[in-house]
Amino acid sequence: MPPAKSAKITGNIHLDYTLLFIQMLNGVQLGLLLFLVASGLTLVFGILDFVNLAHGSIYMIGAFIGASLTFITGNFLLAVLIALPITGLVGFLIERLVARTLYTRNHLDHVLGTFGLILVLDTSAHLIWGPEGIAVPLPAWLDGRVELFEGVVVPTFRLLIIGTGLAVAAGLYWLVNFTKLGMLIRAGASNRTMVSALGIDISTLFALVFALGAMLAGLAGMLISPITEASISMGGEIIITAFVVIIVGGIGSMKGAFIAAIVIGLIDTLGRSFLDDMFQLFMSPQAAETSAPAVSAMLIYIIMAVILAFRPQGLFPPKVR
Amino acid sequence: MKRTTWATILFMLALAILPPVFMWTGNAFYVDLATRLVILAIAAVSLNLILGFGGMVSFGHAAYIGIGAYAVGIPVYYETYGGADAIASYGGAFHILVAVGVSALFALLTGAICLRTKGVYFIMITMAFGQMIYYLFISIEEYGADDGLVIDTRSELPLVSLDDPLQLYAIAYVALVIAMLMVRTIVNSRFGMVLQGARGNNERLVTLGYNTYLYRLTAYVISGAMCGFAGALLGNFTTFISPDMMGWSRSGELMFMVILGGSATMLGPVLGSAVFILMEEILSSITIYWHLPFGLMLMGVVLFARGGLMGLIKGKGDK
Repeated sequence: MPPAKSAKITGNIHLDYTLLFIQMLNGVQLGLLLFLVASGLTLVFGILDFVNLAHGSIYMIGAFIGASLTFITGNFLLAVLIALPITGLVGFLIERLVARTLYTRNHLDHVLGTFGLILVLDTSAHLIWGPEGIAVPLPAWLDGRVELFEGVVVPTFRLLIIGTGLAVAAGLYWLVNFTKLGMLIRAGASNRTMVSALGIDISTLFALVFALGAMLAGLAGMLISPITEASISMGGEIIITAFVVIIVGGIGSMKGAFIAAIVIGLIDTLGRSFLDDMFQLFMSPQAAETSAPAVSAMLIYIIMAVILAFRPQGLFPPKVR
Repeated sequence: MKRTTWATILFMLALAILPPVFMWTGNAFYVDLATRLVILAIAAVSLNLILGFGGMVSFGHAAYIGIGAYAVGIPVYYETYGGADAIASYGGAFHILVAVGVSALFALLTGAICLRTKGVYFIMITMAFGQMIYYLFISIEEYGADDGLVIDTRSELPLVSLDDPLQLYAIAYVALVIAMLMVRTIVNSRFGMVLQGARGNNERLVTLGYNTYLYRLTAYVISGAMCGFAGALLGNFTTFISPDMMGWSRSGELMFMVILGGSATMLGPVLGSAVFILMEEILSSITIYWHLPFGLMLMGVVLFARGGLMGLIKGKGDK
């Protein structure tokens, strides 16, 4: 996960509020990226009842397309704008060629089929872009830092990620709740047969939703690649966390995905930076130092287990399913 | 006898005869291949019990392989380098006890939560718990974190030596046969009938008064313990263990073995592991991009070959 582990308070119980604020910002940023990936997953699952393990690979492919275009155009933002529809097209093709034939099958077939698709997509990326990751350069005006207020300096680009994430979340809220397409998406999620009986071209609707999900995942990949770099393994790393997000939020719920993404992003980031110090309140520094990394690595899964033990359908299960 | 029964007997006979022949004709490499095949087959057989017969699609089964392998690696590590006297040991019986015991405990704790969920939630939560163990071992520096841990000495067992490839194979083979017989006994018992009934129509079984949750949990724990044993064997076979062996793609591969061979059959998981290992071996010797044809094959099997290889063997006459 992206947030730096290096920032660590040494020794005492006194809390550094500047660091806390910066880490919370990092947590929100991770949460918003998770939301971009998870929203596509939950959208596709909600309306198509389709489990797409290969969603993480689309995120990875989006990052690579964005990286290539950054070098071709010389402009990161322009590259993202061109890469988005291309990633959407990749999603559209995947829907037409693979996903479509799996809709009528059970979830086990979805999982295995898209598991095969991961191997195909990841190896294709390996063939096209090579085994190494690609570092993506940012334009100078995005590469700097800004001082938000006294003593709190954050990278400009992280603010851009947060801003974009919030804008997309708002856009999705508007799309799902106030547009014709959104109405069809909601209707399709509650009763697919009825929607198609009413004369809606459900097949095109499915392809559109799938492509939209792919674009969202691709956008997340493009946004993270200047920080981490575009790499083949990035898809497998985020997909499980994205699944945790939609399980905790309630599969198929956009609101649940948003809240769970932010919560998981914050818990993961803050856990990695502060658990060590929190443990020192009640155990020896040495014991804290050995146990904190282990616990913080498992933290989001423990949270998920606790939530599911009490609410097996997640926090915000969609009403009709 | 049915064709599937004949196929099972013939295939298991071949697995008993071929490796010694390979060994004596100087093809030790194939013995290694067969050992890996048989060990993974035990894991696939254990997964088949819950996935095939119980209808519980567990996507985190590789975690038990990891637990089993580390149950060998950690005691050996302490025995070799000192520290943690309570668990330091070269003893095979102790390793197996820990591997099976901890796996069963982990299956009990996570299964109790997982089995409260259904359908796609179950798939994802089992996967998430698998990843939890994966990240746990990635974060423990003491045991090599993501670099893994070398097992300096294999488990010490009475009468046999696991350092001898053929003896290791023999142990793994016998374990596989026992695992298959165990699953067969379980499936044909009253317990197994309830388990399969709950797969088909859970509500009916509940209405008949069965606490299907407990039946499923029991099967889940048995399966996890069995897979943990396979992990202990795998640790002894590779003598190098790393969190990589319990990542979610490993769990996916196990599921694929079961489906490829034919779920809810006796020989299916074994056949699936055999084809999987052979394909992996052949394709990876041709190209480093072998995952591409492999992935296409996987998708092809899911899309077109329903019922797996056992479905082909079964023919029309058998039920």
